Amino acid sequence: MIIEPYTILYKEQLSAHVYLMRVKAPHIARERQPGQFILLSIDHDYGERIPLTIADANLEEGSITIIFQTVGYTTKQLATLEVGDELAVLLGPLGQPTKIEKLGRVVCVGGGVGIAPLHPIAKSMKAAGNQVICVLGARNKELLFMEDNFAAFADEVIVCTDDGSAGRKDLVTAPLKELCQMDEKPQLVVAIGPPIMMKFCVETVRPYNVPVVVSLNTIMVDGTGMCGGCRVTVGGETKFVCVDGPEFDGLKVDFDGLIQRLQAYRSQERRQEEQHACRMQQQAAVLEKKNV
Amino acid sequence: MPAACSNRPPCWRKRMSENNIEALQKLAKPHYEELKKLDFQLKPAQRAKIPLQDMPVQEARLRCKNTNEVALGYTPMQAVVEANRCLQCKSQPCVEGCPVRLPIRDFIKSIAIGDFAEAIRLIKVDSLLPAVCGRVCPQETQCQVKCTLGKMLKDPEQAVSIGRLERFVADWERSQGKIEPPLCRPDSGKRVAVIGSGPAGITVAADCRRAGHAVTVFEAFHKFGGVMMYGIPEFRLPKAIVEAEVELLQRMGVQLLPNFLVGRTRKLQDLLDKDGFDAVFIGIGAGLPNFMGIEGEHLIGVSSANEYLTRANLMRAYERGKAATPIIEAKRVAVLGGGNVAMDAARTALRLGAEEVYLVYRRSAKEMPARAEEIHHARAEGVQFHLLRNAKRVLGNAEGRVTALECLCYELGEPDASGRRSPVAIPGSEYVLPVDAVIVAIGNSSNPLIRQTTEGLEFNKWGNLVCDEDGRTSLPKVFAGGDIVLGAATVILAMGQGRKAAAAINKMLAE
Ligand SMILES: Cc1cc2nc3c(=O)[nH]c(=O)nc-3n(C[C@H](O)[C@H](O)[C@H](O)COP(=O)(O)OP(=O)(O)OC[C@H]3O[C@@H](n4cnc5c(N)ncnc54)[C@H](O)[C@@H]3O)c2cc1C
Ligand code: SF4
Ligand code: FES
Repeated sequence: MIIEPYTILYKEQLSAHVYLMRVKAPHIARERQPGQFILLSIDHDYGERIPLTIADANLEEGSITIIFQTVGYTTKQLATLEVGDELAVLLGPLGQPTKIEKLGRVVCVGGGVGIAPLHPIAKSMKAAGNQVICVLGARNKELLFMEDNFAAFADEVIVCTDDGSAGRKDLVTAPLKELCQMDEKPQLVVAIGPPIMMKFCVETVRPYNVPVVVSLNTIMVDGTGMCGGCRVTVGGETKFVCVDGPEFDGLKVDFDGLIQRLQAYRSQERRQEEQHACRMQQQAAVLEKKNV
Repeated sequence: MPAACSNRPPCWRKRMSENNIEALQKLAKPHYEELKKLDFQLKPAQRAKIPLQDMPVQEARLRCKNTNEVALGYTPMQAVVEANRCLQCKSQPCVEGCPVRLPIRDFIKSIAIGDFAEAIRLIKVDSLLPAVCGRVCPQETQCQVKCTLGKMLKDPEQAVSIGRLERFVADWERSQGKIEPPLCRPDSGKRVAVIGSGPAGITVAADCRRAGHAVTVFEAFHKFGGVMMYGIPEFRLPKAIVEAEVELLQRMGVQLLPNFLVGRTRKLQDLLDKDGFDAVFIGIGAGLPNFMGIEGEHLIGVSSANEYLTRANLMRAYERGKAATPIIEAKRVAVLGGGNVAMDAARTALRLGAEEVYLVYRRSAKEMPARAEEIHHARAEGVQFHLLRNAKRVLGNAEGRVTALECLCYELGEPDASGRRSPVAIPGSEYVLPVDAVIVAIGNSSNPLIRQTTEGLEFNKWGNLVCDEDGRTSLPKVFAGGDIVLGAATVILAMGQGRKAAAAINKMLAE
């Protein structure tokens, strides 16, 4: 049994801050199912391990697709890697796969970079024989991506932007509410996006007695259930997102606690980026001197 | 706050040196000369008079600011003097106390006459990780508690320092240059999969490889060694020692695959059915940290010791400015628990810049499961022990950050079934300890991943794998050992179980 280097095979910028990469990982491509994620790191000794959802897999190429937004130190560094470069660590597939079954009508709501992990789930829901309505939200047209991929299979795609530069000028909760009010209520809502969006989706759906599944993205270290850094409260119980999740019954998730814990290392992260910028400047200065 | 709560040793800052190497060497010297004069032929009474040799350590006031190893190990002269304290008992009670029955008396005899090479050879027949075990075994409850000398001197702390001697010869061997890998039998054509690279997995990998089988180790993390790598800190177990053991496996021809989570990256059953392995060993450790289940445990600044130590050790968060992994920065830290994990977390917090570290433990010092030496070191470094206290809730501010820990005082009640006097809460004794981080080190449950993803494996109600004496599980060709079987235990027990399972695997594959 051999593990090949995790080489980047393809890279594309999807929107202002969102990138897509295909990475060689035949052993993960083989086993992965919709809803699962990976942990990656870009430096063997000093890297940080971050979770990213597997957006797609290609068995022929032996690759998985990841889509990420440059938000923190590691995602920004990741975006600077090019085709041919290798990731230092790639662990997966992690987490419980999405339960895909034929229910009838399923509404899939994706916000921001959450549109990426929604894609394989929505596609499988369709393949299982459901009527699939997708609601995709972004701040503006520039930040929107993959709408064509959804249009290719979905029964309906509703696009919302905050400024109306594409689709409706609305929050995703507006069409979601309309769909819940229709005579033929959805049998299931799947919402993936920033925690605050998922929280409001859940609150929108709650009065209509429709089940809603959310996919949580917390801080993680090992991804194997060993550290408890990814814990959230669900229905009053402590759950570990990496082994019990990442999908949970949205009606039971304590979103406020989740949002709070995501702030845990913010000040350190900011300092780190500053330090890094500082080091880059120093390096640039050294290089300049050499050139002189 | 009750007065008894603050028991920081009063003089720790003033004492200039605690066991410095030159001073100790000077103390050993006259005894060594005397031994030479007697040609190492002593009567038991004379041996009993040789004073216990202390191990040199880094000075407390300096060491709590760095991550270098605290204990520095005996000098050769000290080792010889200490070894000559051994009475060479016929009945060898020390061996009884050792979980893997190392030939303690015999290896000490070799050290006593300066034959270090023979001493390490004797140890290695039964132990694969002497440099590790010499450092982390709880000798005072295993071999040393049984030692005749300690009994004679009516003080178990005066027993022969078996652990320090084991450590000494293991380090001596490494200092002699590259260690030769043990010989392996010709290829058997059989393949063994080992899941997890902790002490249990490393042992099975080595023993099965020696029998000529092709061995692949699957490890979820990007580095090998299990808890020895991500949990036990550098200042207690230098990572170079663990890395050397792993490298030895590699040189023996063991294949090591990192970033591979069996159960998810590949199902256990698929390893047997589809990938052609003839046997599987499960050594996945304890995993899953327990929390207290109290109010405020989700606040920012509360973490499990596993998370805190993994960030610090494996992810190198202690190398600020270099490591990308952040770690809680706190001036005042409360650690909950009284085991090795709690001591490691408390001492790591000091090294990461905490000014006050409180260890909150429900029972009294006597009941602490940590190694005596770690408790002693923690105290000397300034960790403040709040004994017979327990956390009641964690308090936080509007941003959700920890600001304090509310504790409750306890007293010891009647002995329970296990003979331990269980602590009873004193109503109304609450007090508030201002802190900005809380680290929970109250034990682990077992990781459910393999259970969730493997059919037919039998687990007990605590989630531990059920196996027989030789590590056979309820599934054919599948064996297990270490913390996943024992619950959170020790390195030596994990290694001992690995040994037995490997023997059973080798026997099965020979048939
Ligand atoms: C902080 C701390 C301090 C300690 N101090 C001491 C001490 O002083 N003395 C002592 O004797 N003991 C000590 N212990 C306990 C001791 O380390 C353990 O008992 C011992 O390491 C258990 O060994 P193991 O091989 O069973 O598992 P572990 O060392 O836990 O190794 C298990 C390995 O398996 C990997 N793994 C888990 N699941 C999977 C999977 N599905 N697929 C692939 N890999 C997987 C893990 O990543 C890990 O690397 C301490 C433990 C801790 C946490
Ligand atoms: S019991 Fe103590 S004195 Fe006796 S052989 Fe063992 S180590 Fe030596
Ligand atoms: S990431 Fe460590 S337990 Fe989930």
